[in-house]
Amino acid sequence: MRKFEYLRPEDRARAVDLAANPDVKLLGGGTNLIDLMKIGVETPEFLVDTTRLGLDEIESRADGGLRIGASVRNTDVASDDRVRERFPVLSAAVLAGASGQLRNMATVGGNLLQRTRCAYFQDVTKACNKRKPGSGCPAQTGANRELAILGGSEHCIATHPSDMAVALRALDASVLIETEKGAETIPLADFYRLPGERPDIETNLPYGSLIVAIDIPAPRNGARSSYVKVRDRASFGFALASVAGVLRVADGRVAEVALALGGVAPLPWRARVAEAQLMGAPAEPDRFRAAIDAELEAAQPRPENAFKVTLARRIVVRVLNELAGATREGEAS
Amino acid sequence: MTKVRLTVNGQPWTVDIDPRVTVLDLLREHLGLTGAKKGCDRGQCGACTVLRDGRRVNSCLVLAVSADGSEIVSVEGLAGDSDLHPLQRSFLDHDAYQCGYCTPGQLCSAVGALAELEAGWPSAVTDKGSTPTLEPEEIRERMSGNLCRCAAYVNIVAAVYEVGRSA
Ligand SMILES: Cc1cc2nc3c(=O)[nH]c(=O)nc-3n(C[C@H](O)[C@H](O)[C@H](O)COP(=O)(O)OP(=O)(O)OC[C@H]3O[C@@H](n4cnc5c(N)ncnc54)[C@H](O)[C@@H]3O)c2cc1C
Ligand code: FES
Ligand code: FES
Repeated sequence: MRKFEYLRPEDRARAVDLAANPDVKLLGGGTNLIDLMKIGVETPEFLVDTTRLGLDEIESRADGGLRIGASVRNTDVASDDRVRERFPVLSAAVLAGASGQLRNMATVGGNLLQRTRCAYFQDVTKACNKRKPGSGCPAQTGANRELAILGGSEHCIATHPSDMAVALRALDASVLIETEKGAETIPLADFYRLPGERPDIETNLPYGSLIVAIDIPAPRNGARSSYVKVRDRASFGFALASVAGVLRVADGRVAEVALALGGVAPLPWRARVAEAQLMGAPAEPDRFRAAIDAELEAAQPRPENAFKVTLARRIVVRVLNELAGATREGEAS
Repeated sequence: MTKVRLTVNGQPWTVDIDPRVTVLDLLREHLGLTGAKKGCDRGQCGACTVLRDGRRVNSCLVLAVSADGSEIVSVEGLAGDSDLHPLQRSFLDHDAYQCGYCTPGQLCSAVGALAELEAGWPSAVTDKGSTPTLEPEEIRERMSGNLCRCAAYVNIVAAVYEVGRSA
């Protein structure tokens, strides 16, 4: 690991000051950053610890939503009673990721900004447009089984690995940040960028941003939510494909729906095409299938990951069936 | 070099270390506590699991400087003043290892996992909205961050289950 200096600012203002230096990396739980420093992908000169800035509270908002501090550990998000009650999909998504140990360490801010697990990105002896702009993307024709079928470009098909962010995307969460210029709120919808020609620029975060919290608006009345993840092993593996679904059915028809896909795109993928087809439609399996098929028309599978198209279709239908079933039971009881 | 104060298995330490040193390397290379093992050094195997302020963590990914002020317990400290921790006893009784390399991490992880279950924290296999109960399925899911190259999993689950049940 390259030498660096460790700094622990005493408050947010000082942390924001320090973050303005291009040689600084902010440290959360370290579960991604320390790993990437060990393998030479990240080489900061200064490491600024953000875990003791008092950003570790979960608060109820006046509208019935929640504000989750950036340093709250993933475990504490998943086991918070308010999260479990109001946003079961978020608790489930967090618990579907990593291991008990890692969730005890990982923070909310770090989880949002974790980097891709693409093997070429992690191997400094290989070309990678994300790590070294202009060097090429061997994944296009190489080992692309785990990589994107939606939203990729000829320059990069890396996937975003977070489970948590997929649930937050379905819940219309926003990210609260602070920079030298002040505080700002960025909807998660505008937070991540597609790779296009610049896969090295992954977010629309202003330069030197400190993430301070995430806001989740009040749950939609009567809606059910759930997370389904498929991976190579039963536990402790990244998603090959996952879906966060939110659904409300009224009189047999879809009254509200939100679908976000994980493991298939460079960012948590909100399935807007499918949602538009579902709104007002009968909450029936053939409609669910038709809607996700329409979404997946845009898929550009690579030789090794064509299976993800089928997988994504099946888990979306499954989650919608489950949620529609739960809604019917709820009405009956 | 940075000054770091921490308690390790009940004993306070003040050390002057390079900020690159992880808690795992601090234990093994600086304090002579070689119980916690280095399997992958990347959070993928769990062999380095210790308790930090009562919670299990992968010590290979914690910088010692960032753990300043915390209380670390490694496998050497699990039993405290007694001979063996109940989980150590149970691992012996159930033959829950073969080569033993993963065992210190399994033990610390199991201590943490049982405490988390006791505290009512859900896992991926807990029914939505309910309080988790001690089941082999819960133990398998909660221990999934600890790999065992000898595949002693079946006996590990049995060993942890028994301690959880008698607690
Ligand atoms: C073996 C293994 C398996 C895993 N499996 C999964 C999985 O299945 N699903 C999943 O979702 N994740 C998985 N993860 C990833 C894990 O969830 C992330 O590493 C973790 O969430 C990152 O959080 P952290 O606090 O440790 O971030 P860090 O490693 O500390 O930081 C990550 C990035 O965020 C930045 N950052 C941190 N805090 C802030 C802040 N407040 N403001 C601005 N920037 C900040 C850092 O500068 C860095 O760039 C796995 C990790 C490992 C090692
Ligand atoms: S050595 Fe830490 S998880 Fe493998
Ligand atoms: S006993 Fe050999 S690795 Fe687990």
